[in-house]
Amino acid sequence: MAMSTENTHEFKSGSNLEKILKAGHFAFTGELGPPRGANVEHVIEKAMPLKGMVDMVNITDNQTAMVRMSSWAAALIAIREGLEPNYQMVCRDRNRLAMQADILGAYAHGIRNILCLSGDHQQFGDHPNAKGVFDIDSIQLVAMIKKMRDEGKFLGGAEIDGPPRLFIGAAANPFGDPFEWRVYRLAKKVQAGADFIQTQCCFNMTKMREWIKQANDMGLTEKTYILVGVTPMKSLGMAKYMATKVPGMDVPDEIIKRIQGVDKKKQADEGITIACEQIAEFKEMKGIAGVHLMAIEWEHKVPEIAERAGMLPRPKV
Amino acid sequence: MVKGKRKPLEEIRAALAPYNKVLVTGCGGCVSVCLAGGQKEVNLLMDDLKMLFKQANTPKHLKGYTVERQCNRQFLAELDELAPQAECLVSMACGAGVQYLAERFPNMPVFPAINTIAIGVDREIGIYEEKCRACGECVLAYTGGICPVTRCAKCLFNGPCGGTNKGMCEISNDIPCAWYDIYNRLKDQKRLGDILKIQTPMEWRNQTQRTVIQEGYEKRYAGR
Repeated sequence: MAMSTENTHEFKSGSNLEKILKAGHFAFTGELGPPRGANVEHVIEKAMPLKGMVDMVNITDNQTAMVRMSSWAAALIAIREGLEPNYQMVCRDRNRLAMQADILGAYAHGIRNILCLSGDHQQFGDHPNAKGVFDIDSIQLVAMIKKMRDEGKFLGGAEIDGPPRLFIGAAANPFGDPFEWRVYRLAKKVQAGADFIQTQCCFNMTKMREWIKQANDMGLTEKTYILVGVTPMKSLGMAKYMATKVPGMDVPDEIIKRIQGVDKKKQADEGITIACEQIAEFKEMKGIAGVHLMAIEWEHKVPEIAERAGMLPRPKV
Repeated sequence: MVKGKRKPLEEIRAALAPYNKVLVTGCGGCVSVCLAGGQKEVNLLMDDLKMLFKQANTPKHLKGYTVERQCNRQFLAELDELAPQAECLVSMACGAGVQYLAERFPNMPVFPAINTIAIGVDREIGIYEEKCRACGECVLAYTGGICPVTRCAKCLFNGPCGGTNKGMCEISNDIPCAWYDIYNRLKDQKRLGDILKIQTPMEWRNQTQRTVIQEGYEKRYAGR
């Protein structure tokens, strides 16, 4: 496909991720959790190993309902450090006014990707009795941003002076109950206007294959780009924790057995091997446009994983 | 109906400490049904308080009186003679009743003795479950008679979030996922189409105090 990178109107946002995907490359994205404080060095430290290794970095928004540096602020630091951020926004902490204001502000400062999420419930975090906002839900948030971008209008209907041209993302969890509903929830997100989807960490390949097949059959993968979430297990403890303690996570016994089957010192390596095998399969799987690597508190391992998964060098578009 | 639960005794005791003559008022409406603030509970509360004040060597004059409903002016009128004889009032009604009582006797301190919890149902005797948040824009028609505003911890309108865990909510293995139940009920009724459509943002109607004037009464109360 012939492209002019100068003319951003060929694109919805002109973000690096959008260009990579539109050019037909297999996308590779990463994640960076902002610090529990105003420690800028901490953000820079986490950003360094991601530079040149991924096409975009998700900046989480008060993840697990713990207060952190705001997502947009950490995203600006990431831009300064040469990364392209994906501004995560949860529905838990803001009403529709604050959301639209932050979206405009983020765009004004150069943020081009946004990921719309419901958010972990506040009960999980360090302010369990906070009032959860949940004014609108994640699907309504996707639709609201699309309206802001494509119609140049606020949710309330008034004209926007300078609409935010964002590449709109949404999450999907193919492993949640009821399984047969999941592809329909994806369909709703696509209908609402999700340009790309990032899935929950995938460990159950059987279910992922089935879900992608359903998405292909419904024509959804023609309308949106699906990036599958991959998380390398650092240890047996982490595998067991993910299997039992994290809501909506589906870790089959075979994964735990594989980690268990190697020497303790080699468990992290085995975790990376499993992740690389998954990535290799996703590269060939019809309907999958990329991988979202969630190396949780393991940012410094990203270069090694990217190398071993054959993701380097990242394409320049 | 409205469901409530009595406040901790110590909180009520502390509020009454400065007063010698106290009238404890019960309500024969909802809070009586849920065993929180009817005549029986008025008597129990007075017994507990009398004991406490006696132990502390600060005996007080406590009187109890239960009206039919504290959310109605005619019923509150029954207290017109009794109330001014006390130095303060305790209301065992819901938050609405407490306020109507305070409005009727604006010069008297009024203390609530129960926490109003919910609009709910009688699950069993003594077990009451919240069912409605009075959002003012009922969506039960398309959610199979299961309220996402009340029952979904994230107040979602477009299907279960990613945290659904074997039919339970991500916040607790003891709380069923509202949307899992909505999905299954609509599936059984062959009405899944109802939730395939995108539900647009809620027009919240409960952000300012509301007054209801029923049809047929508009003229009578015009200008109010």
